[in-house]
Order: sequence, then C-alpha cells, then structure tokens
Amino acid sequence: MKMELIQPFVNAADAVLAQMLECTPTLDKLSMEEEAYRRKGVAALVMVKGQIEGRIILDVDPETALRMACRLTGTELNGTDDLVRETVCELANQVIGNAVTTLNDQGCQFHVYPPQAHTEEHGAKSNEDTEVLVMSFETPCGTVYMNIAMHYLRRRRGEVVTAS
Amino acid sequence: MEQFAPVQRKDGQPVRYLVVDDSVFARKNLIRMVESFGGKVVGEAGDGVTAISEYGKAEPDIVLMDITMPQMEGIEAAEQIVRQHPEARIVMVSSVGYQENIVAALQRGARHFVQKPVKPEVLYEVIKYVLGDEAAKGAGAGA
Repeated sequence: MKMELIQPFVNAADAVLAQMLECTPTLDKLSMEEEAYRRKGVAALVMVKGQIEGRIILDVDPETALRMACRLTGTELNGTDDLVRETVCELANQVIGNAVTTLNDQGCQFHVYPPQAHTEEHGAKSNEDTEVLVMSFETPCGTVYMNIAMHYLRRRRGEVVTAS
Repeated sequence: MEQFAPVQRKDGQPVRYLVVDDSVFARKNLIRMVESFGGKVVGEAGDGVTAISEYGKAEPDIVLMDITMPQMEGIEAAEQIVRQHPEARIVMVSSVGYQENIVAALQRGARHFVQKPVKPEVLYEVIKYVLGDEAAKGAGAGA
C-alpha cells in the first residue's frame, strides 16, 4: 500500500484520538496484514467507493470501548449499552472522514458510507487485488486498532495515462 | 466543558436547534454543546428524510446537519429544506470536509460548515456568525 494512502489515516487517527480523548496517542504498530483479520471486540466498519475502494474497520476490545464511551459521554455506562457501540462507530466515522478529506483534497475521489457495527469474527487477508494494512494506537483508554483493506480502481485526477 | 456566554435570539429567547446526525453519540455531543451555549434543542433526526419533516414541525433557528447519513444524505436534505424554507439556517457538521463537499453544501443552501471532531469554541463562533442580526447583542467569547 502506498505511503500517500497510509499517511492520511495515521494522521487522522492521531488527530481525532488526541482531540476526543484529550491525550497524546502513540502509533504502536503499522504493518501489512498477512493473516486473516480477527475482531478484537467492539468494531465499526466503513466502506469507501470511488477511485480507491475498500473498507476500514476500527476495533477496540470491550473494556477499552467502555472506557472510551464513559469518557466521551461523561456518563457511567455498562458494556451492553448501545452508546458504547455508537461511540466506536462515531470514532470510526471521524477518523475515516478526516482521512478521506485529506485524500480527496489530494485528488483521490471517493465516497464514504455511514459506519456500521461490524460483528463478524474474521475478515479477509491480503491478496493480489487488495492490500490489508493494520495499525494500532495506544491511548489512556486502551489500544485502538485499524484494519484497512483497499485497492486502486482508477487513476487520480491530473495523473497522465502513459501508453503501455 | 468550557463556559460560554449565552447566545440568544433578539427577543431574548433561547436559540432553537434541530440536530441531525445518524449517530446517537454525535447528537448527544452536539446537544451538550448547544445547551452550554444557552440553546434549546427542539428536534432531533437520524437521517435526511426525518430532518425535513422535523424542520416543518419544530421551526428551529439553526439546523446542525451531518452529511453522511442513511436514506438521504445531509446535503440533499439541506437543499430540500432551503427550497421550502429559504430563511433556514443550516450548518453542516461532518467529518468529511473536503473542498468539493463544502462547496456543494454551500451552493445548495447551507450557511456554514464545521468539521468533526467539533471544537465547542468553533461551533460557538459559527452559530453567532450564522445568526447574525438575529442574535441578541452582547453574546461574548468563551468565558
């Protein structure tokens, strides 16, 4: 996966987590995923379609999700509260929305869809068409994982198509 | 949360808000913010279609409208509300803030755009700006 595609997600996650959780998150892991994805706990999936297509999953273990939801809503919640899942979905929406904003302003056109709760235990691993990148951020609430599966469909605006 | 001087209407009444976002979490967050500005939430909606009907019922002073939503997205809902109510003051609030999206929203009737995650002090200033002469004089900066 190209660095120009990865960096906006790293920057967006860093900025959104820092502002929302009022902390300095640290990027703990950034690697290509060879194995199939396994869900950690409470996960939200966002689809993107356009010149780049794929899906991004933001995933946290149940304890981290609860700590984040309590902190962000300012209320005491329990792990089964819908607001815990809602919080993770909105966090995914904001991280991915900000990354997509940067990529669109760089000339990659694509559309982002509303986040949905992701309940499947497993996901696809890398193949010839789709690369899968995993990253994790350490925050005071716990670890936030992102699993990004993308493939390019068309050239970006302004890129010259050369004869082959 | 930071304390803000209340933003009121010219008649001294609280500013009335319609908050539109498919995320309950995001709506709660925005409601907390506008209440800290002295506002009153008169309606909520989780999609564009509901937002249009809620606008007619609630007649808010300001609509805070998400863009990426199921059924009908925020930009289309904003356009339809403004077509029916040209006086509507709609502020788009979205994490997807690329130039083309902002331009499309403004061209179709939105008055302003705030990118998520929302900073209360930014939203506060945008609300005062959008209300313009309809706001009571004297609403100061964040105290």
